[in-house]
Amino acid sequence: MVVFEKPKSLTDVSMHYCPGCTHGIIHRLVAEVIDELGIEGKTIGIAPVGCSVLAYNYFRCDMIEAAHGRAPAVATGVKRSLPENIVFTYQGDGDLASIGTAETVHAAARNENITIIFINNAIYGMTGGQMAPTSLPGQVTQTSPYGRDVTQCGYPVKVCEMLSQLDGPEYLERVTVNNVKNIRNAKRAIKKAFQNQVEGKGFSLVEVLSSCPTNWGMTPQKALEWIDEKMIPYYPLGVYKDRSANKEAKA
Amino acid sequence: MADKVLMKGNEAIAEAAILAGCRHYFGYPITPQTEIAAYMAKRMPKIGGTFLQAESEIAAINMVYGVSSTGKRVMTSSSSPGISLKGEGISYIAGADLPALIVNVQRGGPGLGGIQPSQSDYFQATKGGAHGDFHMIVLAPSSVQEMADLTVKGFDLADAYRTPVMILADGTMGQMMEPVSLDYTPKAPVEKPWATTGTQMQREHNIVNSLFLAPDELEDMNMKRFQRYAAIEKNETLYEEYRMEDADICIVAFGIAARVSKNAINEARARGIRAGMIRPITLWPFPTAPISAATQHVHSFISVELSMGQMIEDVRLAVEGRAPVTLCNRTGGMIPSPEQVLQAIQTAAENGGAK
Amino acid sequence: MAKLTFKSDDCKGCGLCVDACPKKVLALSKDKINKKGHHPIEAVKPDDCIGCAFCATMCPDCIITVER
Repeated sequence: MVVFEKPKSLTDVSMHYCPGCTHGIIHRLVAEVIDELGIEGKTIGIAPVGCSVLAYNYFRCDMIEAAHGRAPAVATGVKRSLPENIVFTYQGDGDLASIGTAETVHAAARNENITIIFINNAIYGMTGGQMAPTSLPGQVTQTSPYGRDVTQCGYPVKVCEMLSQLDGPEYLERVTVNNVKNIRNAKRAIKKAFQNQVEGKGFSLVEVLSSCPTNWGMTPQKALEWIDEKMIPYYPLGVYKDRSANKEAKA
Repeated sequence: MADKVLMKGNEAIAEAAILAGCRHYFGYPITPQTEIAAYMAKRMPKIGGTFLQAESEIAAINMVYGVSSTGKRVMTSSSSPGISLKGEGISYIAGADLPALIVNVQRGGPGLGGIQPSQSDYFQATKGGAHGDFHMIVLAPSSVQEMADLTVKGFDLADAYRTPVMILADGTMGQMMEPVSLDYTPKAPVEKPWATTGTQMQREHNIVNSLFLAPDELEDMNMKRFQRYAAIEKNETLYEEYRMEDADICIVAFGIAARVSKNAINEARARGIRAGMIRPITLWPFPTAPISAATQHVHSFISVELSMGQMIEDVRLAVEGRAPVTLCNRTGGMIPSPEQVLQAIQTAAENGGAK
Repeated sequence: MAKLTFKSDDCKGCGLCVDACPKKVLALSKDKINKKGHHPIEAVKPDDCIGCAFCATMCPDCIITVER
């Protein structure tokens, strides 16, 4: 009996990501969820600029490539046009938390019934390792060669915390994929984020703390440890908003 | 024949869009086109459509990108500074070969400029207006009736050629009230097998995309797009000729400038000067052929514009040095008066085509 | 008795599966180089596999199929 294989909603195309990059794991989790919910035929994915811009080659559902940062706006258009379809975006930190901040915040404020998978690896991967809005204080990158100086560049953007202050969003959770247990937990969160959309509950965002071994300058193994040691203390894992659960708890 | 109704130009665009089957509108408030948004805000909820006030012009054009990806008719409208913000999205729409209608009710610029009418976005509209090799079809109405008619036509052209189409109006056209007949027979919807509507597990996935990392692939896409542009130039160029049969002097003007120019031409004719006008209705594709042909009998061309002289470059390209081309213009929200245009005609008549 | 199958040509040799395996079943090949130019993983102690699929769960490239 097969207990594990590549999900059906991923194509046979070999992914272009660097060795040990967690994008591949997260792609797989999204695809597993699409398979389990049986929604491939009505799902439309949106991947804007970033390392995952080529995601349209990997997901078997209909796909749209969007301009940098604009995926939530594009998703809004798609969902308003096809409310019965399932619409997800797959965005990196530069995309979602820097150039696309406005689109992110307002899609959340409107409680658009879409699912956002937000990859936070604290760096710009595609362009070769520049400082991201989520780069940690002191983090050395190509454009912060002496370490991120918060007096000059400001502080990292904590997306889940920020969006949790809005009345709009339905569900916000931060997870990671740096070990088997965390991967299973991440899948639970991603499934919930899609299930919420199926049930018409509204804006659901899962932030996934991810690694970038190449641009962090670490082995894949060391990079996963760095998530534990450096990222999680700054970006605590957990549920930041779950409106339906809160309602049920109060009821 | 439907009865005529008195409408503002902006409202005529909005109602015509609805009649053309557009059920999705995204915009951001900016003078002098906000009536379009207000009209859509009232009408769309009553007909099962979407009106959404976006957080920015950038978001609005990307919402348009999203709806268009699903194969439905969709539009946005704005005025000059807002169109600059939409530039990125327009380039992506062109690059992904998506149909969309974009309305620019122009105001003076650059920068924040003013809120009075202008035609100073001619370059932006006709020369691409954003990064990359592309065109959009640019339609220039000169009456409230044309605001409506060209909106309907714009949707048809966008679908037929998978391209963004811009209505390039100005503050006067937007605010002007005239009787309009809104009597349209809808065309059969264009098949859109490329649309991302969900595979329903019945077909391979569709991908809406403007990224082609292999240089030869990108070149191939550009070549194919320009073959389509050539077909547009061949089949869709629109213009009006006014008293051109025997004209010695030809005014080239569009939109509000063409209306003013007609008065000046009639006055010049009354004074024995044979003036006429070629009014481009499509600014891209530009009516190069009729202007070129007119050099057979026209000794002087005058480009009448609400800008520092933008369309005049295309007029000169069409005339190819065979006759002088002069500029008669106002900017900043000012409109050339019929007297100013008449003066330009008289000067041209006195010079008699001397270069 | 669990069985592992690898799509070796897609392996990038990151080794995340090697560390994830509780039974030390996997190792990067010392002599083979795949089409991508990486040393692909292989089962060095296949009989010890318990079919927990930890390796496949960690694999970013979906190259491992687990049967039990």
